[in-house]
Amino acid sequence: MFFEDYKTEHFFDEMFDSDGTVRPHYQAIFERLGPFTVDAFEQKRQAVDLSFLRQGITFTVYGDEEGTEKIFPFDLMPRIIPKTEWEFLERGLTQRMQALNMFLKDVYSEQRIIKEGIIPASYILSGKHFRREFMNVQVPRDIYIHICGTDLIRDDAGNYLVLEDNARSPSGVSYLLENRQAMKRAFPNFFPKAGVRPVENYSEELLKTLQYVAPYGKENPVCVLLTPGHFNSAYFEHCFLARQMGIEIVEGSDLVVRDYKVYMRTTQGLQQVDVIYRRIDDDFIDPSVFRPDSMLGVPGLVNALRAGNVNIANAIGTGIADDKLIYAYVPDMIRFYMSEEPILGQVETFFASEDDDFKYIMDNLDQLVVKSANEAGGYGMLIGPKATKQEVEDFRALIKADPRNFIAQPPIMLSRHPTWCDGDFEGRHVDLRPYILSGEKTSIVPGGLTRVALKKGSLVVNSSQGGGSKDTWVLYSDS
Amino acid sequence: MLSRVADSLYWMSRYIERAENIARLLDVNLQLLLDFEALDDDKLKEHWEPVIRAAGEEELFYELYDQADSQSVTDFLTFNRENSSSVISCMFAARENARMIRDQISTEMWQCLNHAYLFLKSNNAKKVWDEGPYEFYKQIQDYSHLFQGMTDSTFSHTEGFYFMQVGKYLERADKTSRILDIKYHMLLPSVDDVGGAIDAVQWGAILKSCSGFEAYHSVYVTAVNPLKVSNFLIFNQHFPRSILSCVRHLDANLHQISGCNPGFYSNDVERVSGRLMSDLTYSNISDVFKSGLHEYLSQLQERFVEIGKVMYENYMFHARPDMETEIATQQQQQQQQ
Repeated sequence: MFFEDYKTEHFFDEMFDSDGTVRPHYQAIFERLGPFTVDAFEQKRQAVDLSFLRQGITFTVYGDEEGTEKIFPFDLMPRIIPKTEWEFLERGLTQRMQALNMFLKDVYSEQRIIKEGIIPASYILSGKHFRREFMNVQVPRDIYIHICGTDLIRDDAGNYLVLEDNARSPSGVSYLLENRQAMKRAFPNFFPKAGVRPVENYSEELLKTLQYVAPYGKENPVCVLLTPGHFNSAYFEHCFLARQMGIEIVEGSDLVVRDYKVYMRTTQGLQQVDVIYRRIDDDFIDPSVFRPDSMLGVPGLVNALRAGNVNIANAIGTGIADDKLIYAYVPDMIRFYMSEEPILGQVETFFASEDDDFKYIMDNLDQLVVKSANEAGGYGMLIGPKATKQEVEDFRALIKADPRNFIAQPPIMLSRHPTWCDGDFEGRHVDLRPYILSGEKTSIVPGGLTRVALKKGSLVVNSSQGGGSKDTWVLYSDS
Repeated sequence: MLSRVADSLYWMSRYIERAENIARLLDVNLQLLLDFEALDDDKLKEHWEPVIRAAGEEELFYELYDQADSQSVTDFLTFNRENSSSVISCMFAARENARMIRDQISTEMWQCLNHAYLFLKSNNAKKVWDEGPYEFYKQIQDYSHLFQGMTDSTFSHTEGFYFMQVGKYLERADKTSRILDIKYHMLLPSVDDVGGAIDAVQWGAILKSCSGFEAYHSVYVTAVNPLKVSNFLIFNQHFPRSILSCVRHLDANLHQISGCNPGFYSNDVERVSGRLMSDLTYSNISDVFKSGLHEYLSQLQERFVEIGKVMYENYMFHARPDMETEIATQQQQQQQQ
């Protein structure tokens, strides 16, 4: 019924190989969908959307007064990853996570990586998210990034490449978990046959991670999740995770610092807090150190942190590790700290701040993807081949004005995945964000958030830019 | 429990109780009109003004509407978002409070409020209301009952639950007093009508607005009369919407929060609530009529406000240090470190 007119074109397709044969790990779902009619599939899709709405699984859209909450578009066709492929990703991501944590420890203490000439000092010191206030501050267990969301893409040959590491406060994991629930409800009979590894233990692992990094190795630490508040776009996720872990969700005004200790205001008075899972940016976390105009944070939090009376996940200052300039050096970090070759590849990167690269970028601007070094969410980006002349020139001016803030990469032909579009399946570009937890050991929930660019031809998958998501199945076996 | 969470639980519970009460009040009054001959504008005004007053929003009403008739009053008290006490505003506020503390309440409770919210947000609500207010108001009352039932059966009976109960009973006591007070403002065509058919219908409507018509009749096997209705709605020990009953529950739940033994007090809110409970326990209907029903009810309402205020000060309010001072202090400490 479906897939008869499906075209992979010249892209790497997750489900079909180039001569149109279904890849073995997609065979089961291909057969399951066989007897479906368009109407039946459409009905399932609508039922899932409605159930998301009813449960209030939404994100908040800024600047839109009526209906400020939207559901994150969900595509019923799952992305499937076979066992061996996943194990490869797991090894690669674990290695990367370890290197990043070693890098942060080094860069906030000895700075060997600078002294030995691996990364130019200026790149680090000029990083917008490098926090010199934290030089030589000890963090429990030497872990800086406790939760990392690393974005992976596949090129036209099917190679996985790291696109970026989100090492500040990556979001989206609640959708990963809710998507699975939705799929289970939509295809209850198919699930046991499909051999899909479960994802439900993520929140338990997260809690374990948070507890493990409590100050003084405290056994029953009080952990809280710090949110900017219920107007934040990811508030649903904050509540979801707090509820799953059974910890309090707090806003800045619920916390107060006294004698270098953090307390929350409760009906029974003040109660001390040991670990803060923060979902609020460095800049807003403590107005006595960073932005004094922010009402979201807690004055004195940094004092308490420096005194070792509280720990914050992710640590303050991890943003330097996901600076797009520093990203280019991760393979070097892996070699430098771990004496290993990087398992995962990444995208070739040019620095506008280097003379040779600058010239290359200027000469080829309409052929490159340009990103500003510190933005997230798909903002501050130029996709050269798709941009108008004017947009290219505007960016040229921006880059000239602040070269440190820009990198350029060749456009990658992201892999595509069959996606339900108005009554049939069509190929749409996807990426994958696995969530890596670094506690007593590094653990990765099998799967991740697959984001899909719903607009035909679009390469941008961010939810803020009209992307949707898919459930991601990691199989017990290879087919 | 975080003070902010306690505050949200308390208000979530109050708002849904308020929505239910207003829905019932409007439902009963719309039906009541069906029993009269076609009324002229003045008569309608006489009928509806006390209802607006019972909701405590008379001033705002006249800022928004020219005259009080069935259409304007029901619109004001049902759909108007500018009126923070309209059914829809209350339901939305309950849901927003729930969203803020969604990690703290059960999935069932959240989904119930979210469902109500989606129902009201869709055009469907307006349509249902156009087709028949009865069904619409019934739906609102059902959501409230469903929510309260779910709370009871899916939410741990610990501190947060007791804060919700306090909110519910305080709101309910207040609304019962206001509904009873409506009769004071409802004019009868002439003095001769006291005790007549219209008077009886009006007292019956008061009972129905408090869901007490049947319960009243199971106590008094007679026609409705002012003394008995007032006695029932203020002092009945068993009817769950009587003021005494609400205040007793309120006081018991306050003691659950603090763990203090009933009959004693450990903080100001228990002190004011205990005093009110004991005043009500040892008063009777002739005391009420001595001071005048309207005056008596007004005093009660003031005491409910007082309880709410002391409650806030005691559990939810933490004197917030000035942000600038706080920042300066912390910066100083940083230098000392």
